[in-house]
Amino acid sequence: MAMTDHAPRFVNRADQKLWFERIPAPWWALAVVLLFLPVVANSFWLFQVMGWTFILGMIGLSLMFLAGYGGMVSLLQMTVAGMAGYMVAILGNSGTVTVSLGLSWWIVLPAAFLIAALFATVSGALAVRTEGIYTIMITLAIAAAFFYFTRQNYTIFNGYSGFNLVLPPQLFGVNWREPVPFYYLSLALAALSYGTVVYVSRSPFGLALQGVRDNPRRMAALGFNVTAHRVAAYALASVFASAGGILLVWQNAQIAPGTIGMSAAIDVLVVAVVGGMRRPLGPFIGAFIYVILQVFSPDILGFFGFSAERFKLIIGLGFLAVVLFSPDGVLGLWDRWRARRRQQQDQLSGGGAA
Amino acid sequence: MRKTLLGAVAITALMLPGAAMAQGGTIKIGILVALEGAFATGGQDGVRNVELALKQVNNTIAGKKVETVVAPTDTKPDTTIRMARKLIEQDKVDLIIGPLSGSEGIAMRDFAKTIPDKVVINGISGALETTWVDPAPNFYRFNLDGAQWGYGLGSYAVKTKGFKRIATIAADYSFGYTNFMGFAVDYCKAGGDIVQRFWQPLGQSDFGGIIAQLPENVDAIYLGLGGTDAINFLNQYQQAGEKTRLIGGTIMADQTVLTARGKAKEALFGTPVSGPFANDNPDPAWKSYVKLYQDSFPANQRLPSPSLFGLGYYTATLAAIKGLEAAGGDLSNGQAKFKEALNKLQLDSPVGKITLNENRQATGTVFINEVVDGPDGNMTTKMVAKSDNVTQTLGMTAEQFRALGLPSRNVVDCAKLRSGG
Repeated sequence: MAMTDHAPRFVNRADQKLWFERIPAPWWALAVVLLFLPVVANSFWLFQVMGWTFILGMIGLSLMFLAGYGGMVSLLQMTVAGMAGYMVAILGNSGTVTVSLGLSWWIVLPAAFLIAALFATVSGALAVRTEGIYTIMITLAIAAAFFYFTRQNYTIFNGYSGFNLVLPPQLFGVNWREPVPFYYLSLALAALSYGTVVYVSRSPFGLALQGVRDNPRRMAALGFNVTAHRVAAYALASVFASAGGILLVWQNAQIAPGTIGMSAAIDVLVVAVVGGMRRPLGPFIGAFIYVILQVFSPDILGFFGFSAERFKLIIGLGFLAVVLFSPDGVLGLWDRWRARRRQQQDQLSGGGAA
Repeated sequence: MRKTLLGAVAITALMLPGAAMAQGGTIKIGILVALEGAFATGGQDGVRNVELALKQVNNTIAGKKVETVVAPTDTKPDTTIRMARKLIEQDKVDLIIGPLSGSEGIAMRDFAKTIPDKVVINGISGALETTWVDPAPNFYRFNLDGAQWGYGLGSYAVKTKGFKRIATIAADYSFGYTNFMGFAVDYCKAGGDIVQRFWQPLGQSDFGGIIAQLPENVDAIYLGLGGTDAINFLNQYQQAGEKTRLIGGTIMADQTVLTARGKAKEALFGTPVSGPFANDNPDPAWKSYVKLYQDSFPANQRLPSPSLFGLGYYTATLAAIKGLEAAGGDLSNGQAKFKEALNKLQLDSPVGKITLNENRQATGTVFINEVVDGPDGNMTTKMVAKSDNVTQTLGMTAEQFRALGLPSRNVVDCAKLRSGG
C-alpha cells in the first residue's frame, strides 16, 4: 500500500520532520501484515473475508472517488462492476455455453473494462447535469433499469439464472481461484486502485475535480469545463469498479441479476459511508467491517442465544451505530479521537497550539 | 493506536478459526437455508424440521453427538456460496444440508465439486439442472425436482378433467420453466394441446395485458405462479369476469394463496394442482409425521402443517441420519462409507419410499390435489390421485429426455410429444 499520509490537516508545519518519520510506520506495518497474512491466516480468511473486503473496497473506492472528490453520490458503481463482470462471463468462458463466446482472456479483459467504462461514461453524462438527490435518483434509476434488463433478457444476459462456472484464466500456470493467489491478486489490484486514487487526487485533474465539487460556478468562471471533469471522473471511477466486478465474478464463479440488484447497490453506499467518504482508505475499512458483520453475524447472534434468522439485525444495528455516532464514518471517528488526544497532550506539555 | 487496531485484527484472524474447530466425537451438520426474502417463512420451517428429525435420534448418530450450525442466505447464489464456504472452512462442518431455492442449488452443485471430501444433501431446491447437467458426485437430492413435481397433473387434467386445450401463464424464470415442463410433458403425451404460452416476470403485478390476450376457446388455463403473483393474477382474473377453469403449478395452491382474503380464491375452486405431498395423505407415515411436527412445537411457533420446504429439509436430514448410521458414523477417507450408504439408501420418508438414481436424484411419488372448501372457511387441498416412482427423466429414457432440451420458454414441443415423438 502507499506510504503517504492523506490527512495533512492535522500536521503542524513545525514538526513536519517528525510527521515524516512517524506516519509511515503504521503503513509499513499494515503492508507487512497484509503481505504476510497468508502465513498465519487460513484459506477462509484469505479468500472469503479479505478477498471480498478488497473487492467491495474497490467498488466502494470508485464511489468514494466520485462522492468524496467530485461531490457526486452515484448508486451506479455496483452496476458498472456488474457490467464488467457480465462482460467477462459473456465474452469469455462460462457454464452457459449457448451464450458465452469463449474468447481469450487478452480480448475479454480489456473489452470488459472498455465496455464498462463506456457504460459509465454514458450514464455519467446523463447524471452529471443533476445535483445532490437528483444524481442519486438518476443513477438509481439506471441501476434499476439495468438490473431488470439483465433479469429479463435471455439472449445476452441469460436472464434470471445468469452465468455460472465463470473461472479466471490460468495465467502463468497459476490457478487464480486458489486462496493465496486470489488473495495476492485482489490485494495487488486494491493497492493499485488505492494508489491511483491518491495520486489522481493530487494531480491537476483531481484538484480541479475537488474545485468543481466545492464551487462549480467559480471553476466554470476560471475556464474549467465542469461537465467534462465530472464525466471524466465517472470514466475513471469505472476502472476501479470494473476491477472489483471482475474479481467478484471470479470469486463467486458466477454472476446473476441478484449480484447487481438494488440491495447490492445500496450495500456499496453503506460500505463507503461507514468507512468514511473523505479518504480513499475509508471504503476498505467499511468493506472490512461489512464483510465481518455479514460473515459472522449468525455466530454473534448464536453466541448470545438468539436465533440465527435475525442476522440482518446485527448488520443493521452496526451500521446505524456508526452513522449515528460519526456521520463521516469510522475514519471520521478516528480523526476526531486523534485530534482530541493531540489537544490533551498539548495542554499537558504546555506547548502546542495557543 | 493504529498498531493496536491492526494487532486486534490480526489476533481476531488467528483466534476465530481455531475456536470453531470440530471435536473428534461429534458430527457437525451445516444447515444452509434462506432466512431472508420471499422464502424466509419456508426457511424457518426448514430449520425447524432439521431440528425435529435430529430430536428423534436424541441428537446422536452412531454414538456421536450431532451439532448444527445455521448459515442463513437470502436466496442469492452469491450469498449461498459464501455461506457454504464459511460452513466448510470456518465452522468445519462434516456435511451440509441445503440449499432452499433453485439457482442456489445450481451454485451449490458447482461449489460441491470443490469440496469432494464433504457431502451436500439438498434441502428443497428444485432446479432440474442441479442433478441433471454435469452433476457433482457428492451432491445428493432426496426431494423430487421441479419438473417431477409437475408430472402426473397433465394426464389427470386430460383424462379426469377433460381439459384438452389450454393456455398457460407461468413465471418467467427457471422454476417456472421447470415446473411447467414436467406438467407439459405429461399433458401433451396424454393428448392435450397447449394453444398459447404466456411468461410473466417475477413480482410484476399487472396481468391486464395477459388476461386481455387469453384465447377464448380453451378448456382451462395452467397457472404456474406463486405467492403474491398468484393472488394478484386471481384478483384481476375475477375482476375481468373470466370463468375459465384453472390448473395450478406446484407453488400456486400454497397456504399464502389459499388463505388470502378477497375474491381471488373463488377462481380456484376445483383447481387441480400437483406437488411432492398431500395435506390429507392417508398414509400412516405422513400422518405420524404431521402429528410429530404439530406436537413438537407450540402452535404459534410453527405452521399449521409442515410446508413443502419443511418436508424437504426433514427428508434430507432423515437421509443424513440413515446414511450416517449405515456408515457407522465413519467419515474418514473422504466420507467414502457415508457416500456409499447414501447411494444405496432406500429412504422411508413421510411421502413414501425414495431411491436415488445414478445422478443422485430422487425417484418418488407425486401427489395430485384439488382445491376444495375447508372447514374453517378457508380453502384447502384434497388428494385425488398420485403417481408413484416418478423418475428424473419423467418416465422416458435419458436420451429421449435429453432431446427435449433444458427447461426454457420453448420447451417442450407439444405437438411433437402428442404424436409420440
